[in-house]
Amino acid sequence: MSLAFQEIQETIRMIQMEKLDIRTVTMGISLRDCIDQDPSRTQQLVYDKITSSAKYLRRTADKVAEEYGIPIVNKRISITPASELLGAATKEDAVALAETLDKAALATEVDFIGGFSALIHKGITKGDAVLLDALPEALSRTSRVCGSVSAATTKTGINMDGIKRLGEIIKEASELTAEQNGIACAKFVVFCNPAEDNPFMAGAFHGTGEQEVVLNVGVSGPGVVLHALRRYPEADLGEVSDVIKRTAFKITRAGELIGREVAERLNTSFGIMDLSLAPTNAMNDSVAEILEEIGLERVGTHGTIAALALMNDAVKKGGAMASSYVGGLSGAFIPVSEDNGMIKGIEDKALSLSKLEAMTCVCSVGLDMIALNGDASAASISGLIADEMAIGMINKKTTAVRVIPVQGKREGDMVEFGGLLGRAPVMGLNPFSSEKFIKRGGRIPAPLQALIN
Amino acid sequence: MSHKRAVVSVVGKDQVGIIAKVTTVLAENDVNILDISQTILQDFFTMMMLVEINKPDDLENLAEELNKVSSTMKLKIDMQREELFQSMHRI
Repeated sequence: MSLAFQEIQETIRMIQMEKLDIRTVTMGISLRDCIDQDPSRTQQLVYDKITSSAKYLRRTADKVAEEYGIPIVNKRISITPASELLGAATKEDAVALAETLDKAALATEVDFIGGFSALIHKGITKGDAVLLDALPEALSRTSRVCGSVSAATTKTGINMDGIKRLGEIIKEASELTAEQNGIACAKFVVFCNPAEDNPFMAGAFHGTGEQEVVLNVGVSGPGVVLHALRRYPEADLGEVSDVIKRTAFKITRAGELIGREVAERLNTSFGIMDLSLAPTNAMNDSVAEILEEIGLERVGTHGTIAALALMNDAVKKGGAMASSYVGGLSGAFIPVSEDNGMIKGIEDKALSLSKLEAMTCVCSVGLDMIALNGDASAASISGLIADEMAIGMINKKTTAVRVIPVQGKREGDMVEFGGLLGRAPVMGLNPFSSEKFIKRGGRIPAPLQALIN
Repeated sequence: MSHKRAVVSVVGKDQVGIIAKVTTVLAENDVNILDISQTILQDFFTMMMLVEINKPDDLENLAEELNKVSSTMKLKIDMQREELFQSMHRI
């Protein structure tokens, strides 16, 4: 069937003017065959396996992007949660492993390597404990290593001992990188119900249900959705949903094509398509602006959650129709520092931390890239995490927390993280203490929804 | 590369010789034009071509020569594999 002039024009417009891009191709690599009783031997095996598996990742992705004329912005690697490799290791070995990963990322020229991670939602193993101890140093001494911890699931409940520890870890990581505005915390996320095939950082890891090597693709196009909606200023909300759905469909189709092509050329299998509206600081590439286009004067006002729910659902529907292998976190990301509209919402006092928390009930991830005042206590951060975990646990969805306490900054100050990570206005935590609650520890039992067998 | 069809799009200010220059580069690189459509959209010359590439391994050279035309005539010239358009718009 021959192509219509309009179709060609539409595709070119989406890519060149509306910032449609393949945000990331992420190669998931299992490292379970690298486990050795001797930690230095493990590190060597890990380095060798990553650099051989991903040797051609960057080159191939660049070549495919050029041929199809659609940019692939990031090339990344995710690995088996590192805590599984650390059973016999000490804290120093764990930090050394993180440095090995950093070196492997540099050698393969990928932007980030994710999976310095542990899954502790039900309990903590020896390897997990070592990883947690090493996290602050590992994140602050490396530049491309990302970490995540699963601290709760709907099936197991919330590991509150773990969450107490995570509050302290985030504080410590922020202090260790105080000179760079606590940048280490931007590479670390706490999850409830994490997705094992998520290609997006900082939460990417190669889950236990995955195969040896796999290629996952994350596509993003807030700009395309925004422009599509601008063409229908009078549409009712049913029609708005339809416009988003149709747009998401096209974006997903483009992503799967590119993903499969890259996977085929690398001789690996194609995993999933993650269709996420993930914003960037570029003009008109904002999720908040889509919500405002739907009809909110400023993101954060009454109606924000309804509009976000509509959008998130429409994205999923369009994506699910377009590809049978939609996975990851598909939906809408609402990171603050990476989204000009969100930043403006906070500056104009339309958007508060409480509203952001409420929005995470209907978005695809959670509290993301939020700068906190530097004197926030570890217990308050733990409390914030616990709230977010509870939302995910009860609603059977993924939620996450990626917050950055910035030393020496107070509510209202602006912090620059630079590059992809953007800038964020500092938000203040509630001044009242959560200390006693967090100190109790233990595990919040799994909710009734867990018993669905 | 198994498929060899691509879409070449040219957008820019209308002037004498756009089609001549672009098609010359294509002909010199053994690229066959299967379909061509051209119009003026909002004062901009807009041309789309569906082409068949006979030497798919030598795409760099072709892209480089198109770039030269693109910069001397102040045009935006893109070449993209056809499957992208097919998969986005057709079920």
